[in-house]
Amino acid sequence: MPPVLELRGITKQFPGVLANDNVNLTLEKGEVHALLGENGAGKTTLMNILYGLYKPTKGEIYINGKRAEISGPTDAIRQGIGMVHQHFMLIPVLTVTENVMLGEESIHNGIFLDRKVAAKRIEEISKKYRLEVDPHAYVRDLPVGIQQRVEIIKVLYRQATILILDEPTAVLTPQEVDELFNIMKLLTSQGVSIIFITHKLKEILAVSDRISVIRRGQTVGTAKPTESTEQSLAELMVGRPVELVVQKKKAQPTQPVLLVKNLVIKNDRDRIAVEDVSFEISGGEVLGVAGVQGNGQTELVEAITGLRHAESGSIKIDGQESANKTPRQITEIGVSHVPEDRQRDGLVLSFPIKDNFILNTYYNTFANGIIIDEKKVNETAIKWVEKFDVRTPSIETPAGSLSGGNQQKVIVAREFSRPLKLLIASQPTRGVDVGSIEYIHARIIQKRDEGAAILVVSTELDEVRALSDRIAVMFDGKIVAIVPADQVTKEQLGLLMAGVPKEEVLGVFPQGKTKKGEKL
Amino acid sequence: METTVSVLQEKRNVKMGIFFLAVSLAIVIFFALNTPVGLTTTFGLNPGAATNAPPLPDLTLPTMGTLWVLAFLAAFTGGWQLARGFKNLNVVLLFVVLLFVFAFMTWAARGKSMNLLGVISASLLRATPIAFGALSGILCERAGVINIAIEGMMLSGAMVSVLVASLFRNYDALNPTTGQPLFPDWFANIGRTLDMYNLSSAVPWYLLLGLLSGLIVGGLLAAFHAWLSIEFKVNQIISGTVINIFSMGITAFLSQRFLQPIQPLNSGGVFTALPIPILSSIPIIGPLLFENRFIVYVLFILVIAIHVMLFYTRWGLRTIAVGEHPKAADTLGVNVYRMRYINVILGGMIAGVGGAYFTIGSVGRFDENMTAGKGFIGLAAMIFGKWTPLGAFGSSLIFGFADALQQKLQIFASQVPIPSEFLLMAPYIITMVVLAGVIGRANPPAADGVPYEKD
Repeated sequence: MPPVLELRGITKQFPGVLANDNVNLTLEKGEVHALLGENGAGKTTLMNILYGLYKPTKGEIYINGKRAEISGPTDAIRQGIGMVHQHFMLIPVLTVTENVMLGEESIHNGIFLDRKVAAKRIEEISKKYRLEVDPHAYVRDLPVGIQQRVEIIKVLYRQATILILDEPTAVLTPQEVDELFNIMKLLTSQGVSIIFITHKLKEILAVSDRISVIRRGQTVGTAKPTESTEQSLAELMVGRPVELVVQKKKAQPTQPVLLVKNLVIKNDRDRIAVEDVSFEISGGEVLGVAGVQGNGQTELVEAITGLRHAESGSIKIDGQESANKTPRQITEIGVSHVPEDRQRDGLVLSFPIKDNFILNTYYNTFANGIIIDEKKVNETAIKWVEKFDVRTPSIETPAGSLSGGNQQKVIVAREFSRPLKLLIASQPTRGVDVGSIEYIHARIIQKRDEGAAILVVSTELDEVRALSDRIAVMFDGKIVAIVPADQVTKEQLGLLMAGVPKEEVLGVFPQGKTKKGEKL
Repeated sequence: METTVSVLQEKRNVKMGIFFLAVSLAIVIFFALNTPVGLTTTFGLNPGAATNAPPLPDLTLPTMGTLWVLAFLAAFTGGWQLARGFKNLNVVLLFVVLLFVFAFMTWAARGKSMNLLGVISASLLRATPIAFGALSGILCERAGVINIAIEGMMLSGAMVSVLVASLFRNYDALNPTTGQPLFPDWFANIGRTLDMYNLSSAVPWYLLLGLLSGLIVGGLLAAFHAWLSIEFKVNQIISGTVINIFSMGITAFLSQRFLQPIQPLNSGGVFTALPIPILSSIPIIGPLLFENRFIVYVLFILVIAIHVMLFYTRWGLRTIAVGEHPKAADTLGVNVYRMRYINVILGGMIAGVGGAYFTIGSVGRFDENMTAGKGFIGLAAMIFGKWTPLGAFGSSLIFGFADALQQKLQIFASQVPIPSEFLLMAPYIITMVVLAGVIGRANPPAADGVPYEKD
């Protein structure tokens, strides 16, 4: 029997970049085939070719042994291919039914939408694959995990037999990830074949039947999960041995550096995003903030760094009241900020690297009166590129043309090279390759050991656990618990992130330890 | 999130209560205490012209007593809001604003008589072009294309429709200097033939042709806008501005060069009132809704049709999808570009018809820049109506009412110490206040104004 899907010699040439280079891939009926690779390795490009969003420069696609011509999503859908995109393709203002039926609308009386018939079909699919969802709910009201179910239903509604899941776990809590894996197993047992794209090694080992590794647009190996370890997969993916665990000594906390009290912050839509939050961080320790995206972490960081107005409450940095000061005033106290969205808030993409290095010091460190000291800028830039291992053709290269990992290193170089009392790192390794993750983590710990107070915000639970001495969990704008990192399990954190009350989750701890851990 | 939302809601509730009390106080201070005892205000309940509906007696109210009652109602609403709170605050807000407006009218017409139904009927007429503009905007923006060229499309539609209507109406006009026929014989013959097939005197064939040509011109300009903003991803504000400037220039030129000097080119006649049998005999509603000109009925039908199409058909679902998240629509096989083209062109056609209202819908001739910003006010009405046809129509009526009222108040200028220039500003001031966001924040379609690029 021919494989359900076969990609032969797929090549995709973008202007200046060879995104896929002669990639081969086969998918058997009822298997989960994992596609592993770093960001920018070409996984998503490959899948977009399969889904008809890109045209391959070369190569052929065979479905059930027959040559398939896929020139658009409509063709892909007709061939039974369905894709759940990394960024959900859902329309928040429409209901689940409307989102699912879009493009394949049920019609009655010639022109009118038949929402009833569609909703009934959705309920049937829900039941068959245990994907519970209310067809009449508005998508904007649904949690991310449920939204993903809607995406999967959308694909099944079109009777897809080949399902592409592009980084499906990036936005989920650990519990939701487990649920998703159960759904995947149920789907494959009913004859659906799944291509599972990810760069998370643990997940691959947990759920896949076969693994293909892509590096720089080429398939560099195929493996079976039973014969692989995280270490071997990481080496295959990066192309060299990597350190997966963060090496650190026990923290030596000194004086409190950051003191936040009863902080209230509104979001862009004028709703309260952070409600009555209090915590402190001492020099020489890392406080990690865990939480599903959108629970107030962004607003909290923006308020501390002066990018957002604080409604009430106080933020004391190194003894100075800093709430609603300007970012420059806060920077001058000795605060560094690695922002969540580096391309929007961290860099001026069209500026050369050397100018990005001096964005917050050009007026003092690098100035002669009102003139920028070009010579000093150039010398420093050359030094930092070397010291922070930024891979770039020159210091004149625009930041926008660097890879994600190197862009992040430019920010790290700028922020870590000043006298530092407080470091705020938001999603410090999002979209960064394994090699750079290793590097950035080591730098953060180094700053801790030099005595800086460090606030790490990340939606990657593994990252928070690896870096933090204490972990604060945010849910719905509040800090629901602050616990010592070595006294809490991943599962407990997952439950806290999902809003389960602290008493229920941490009941197992001896009373004294929890109190000490909270420090409040 | 529930708790946080309720906290902010609470704040707004208290503010609203205080606002209602302030309205009550304003009625007392500005109006009630400024009224001599014993005066009455008379409100006419029959529109000016003769109608099919039976005439109603006038409504005569003691001015001061009425003002105190209105003030009390506003105060009571405010008190209730502070003590207990209303569920549907926006409706209550509308009610209180209406109280204030009614108090203002009662006070302004103290000792005199004001034709209330006349004001409302005039509101509808003045709202008509605004509503056409708003509907046009809804079609474009729901699909994700900002169209600020509605003003220009209306202006062009206004001119072309009267030109075409005039040509066909005056097919046998003579050249005043030579005394020879102005148009060739074959053309006049077409006119004579079509004259024999006229449907109704309220809807003559040459006006229908004029309307059709307005629709086509609007559609053509919109197709150009769509081509620039969809195909070439030109900034949509710039593309719209270009069309506005072009329309203003070309219509002014053609008007000065041809329409003003050659009168047979600029007298297209107008649609006259077309009463609908039976329905037009209902008191109040009849003369208001069912004794209108053809174009106004077109508007009514469009409002309902677009509402149904947008929310109950495949076309509507796809339009909304394309305006909110084009990539999502694309991955499901919806042709984003085609949907946008169709919607923008349809929207332009509606703007063109709305433009025809200015000429063959009301005065029968074209004057330079006669749309006077109504297309832009239409966009404000669209935003105020939260991008829904019914909401946009309702807010058009509010703008129309402001316009109609300021005109009516000129009669009472002696006892309303507000300069008429300020009253003329009323519709525009309302536009600004609305755009500054008086009732909550309106959320436009998420992809509004963002060109869609396939990578």
